[in-house]
Amino acid sequence: MNGVHDMGGMQDMGAVQKEKNELALHERWEWRVFALRRAMGAWGKWNIDVTRHEVELVPPAEYLRMGYSERQFAAFLALLAKTRFIASEELEAGKPAPGYRVATPALTVEKAAALIAKGVPTSRDVPVSPRFQSGQRVRARNIHPVGHTRLPRYARGKLGVIDRDHGVFVFPDTNAHYLGEKPQHVYSVRFAARELWGEQASSHDSVYLDMWDDYLDPA
Amino acid sequence: MTTNRRDFLTAAVTAAGAALTPELPHTHEHQAVPSDLALRVKALESLLVEKGLVDRAALDTLIDAYEHKIGPRNGARVVARAWSDPAYKQRLLTNADAAIAELGYGGMQGEHMVVVENTPQVHNMIVCTLCSCYPWPVLGLPPVWYKSAPYRSRSVIDPRGVLREFGLDLPADVEVRVWDSTAELRYLVLPERPAGTAQLSEEQLAALVTRDSMVGVGKVAPPQAGVSA
Repeated sequence: MNGVHDMGGMQDMGAVQKEKNELALHERWEWRVFALRRAMGAWGKWNIDVTRHEVELVPPAEYLRMGYSERQFAAFLALLAKTRFIASEELEAGKPAPGYRVATPALTVEKAAALIAKGVPTSRDVPVSPRFQSGQRVRARNIHPVGHTRLPRYARGKLGVIDRDHGVFVFPDTNAHYLGEKPQHVYSVRFAARELWGEQASSHDSVYLDMWDDYLDPA
Repeated sequence: MTTNRRDFLTAAVTAAGAALTPELPHTHEHQAVPSDLALRVKALESLLVEKGLVDRAALDTLIDAYEHKIGPRNGARVVARAWSDPAYKQRLLTNADAAIAELGYGGMQGEHMVVVENTPQVHNMIVCTLCSCYPWPVLGLPPVWYKSAPYRSRSVIDPRGVLREFGLDLPADVEVRVWDSTAELRYLVLPERPAGTAQLSEEQLAALVTRDSMVGVGKVAPPQAGVSA
């Protein structure tokens, strides 16, 4: 989706604002949102690509107004409603609907510790042949899917060179829509800064993007 | 231009918030927090707990880990080891997951790590233009600026301008490589070892290494060169 989240190359967002020794999250509620999202993720009703796409669906003016945690919270509420974990009446009333059944939490302390230590790998040990080799010239596809994609607009149609093959990973464009993992190779692809931005960029500089086979054509 | 979009939005939000809650302190100008947000989060947590969907102790485990245990000191130890042990550095640059695991680090949002090395000729920096991907096991959760629109939007088109805002003015002949974390690879910059550190222990070296240097928006300052970024 050509959304405001795909902001690489925009120039009107102002200067980077930096605090000395800044904390990752400033407020207690931000930490609670962070943890609640992982705890509910443990139910296995969605995957990381679904959660990313849900954030992308936050309306653009809201997306820019909100800070990171508020955006995550808005997307989390939307996801809880879509997956029917929480009904809107329950949110409004602040209590469970009459006749609800008490579940057993999916994420226990032990499982939380395992999640922290092991994460959720998205590489897949399946025999999929790479379409490209290191050093090969490629062109990023000029595609504009209306759903989730990890191919930024600024790279579409541009020429690059395969820097390295990282192996086989889940494909977000399908996985975000519960359409399967479609595992395929991911490569770091080097794009000369001038290929992306023209003569105003330094001839020395480059941008590397991680790209799936389905984002690339031979060039 | 005296007013850009962000300033305009911040001003609009602040004005709207002030009209409703004149007492609300605005401690973080980059994030105007609606007054009821903390309450809404608390209400949702209570609801999820009451329905048996989440366990508060598990939430506390997660928060404690990323608030108190997992942060840039982990990455600093990796960097210091690489500076002290050439064989380790080689393993780190060729198989980062295994090398980082040697020091006991790994896990969520660092399942697939790549380490890129800064040299006098090459400067690497990390961004995630599409969201805010960041190598948690070695750097902890990202700071606000990393997740902000200015950093996400401009790092790829004007990396040298962004670096200047961090106080780093790179010579024109240095090659800048920006790594946009568009997939599940997570990047860590191995910064240059500063001069005057030949006698330092690994632990002393680690103390010099900053978060910014491992994202590639700063360099590691030599000892006694003043306060590092």
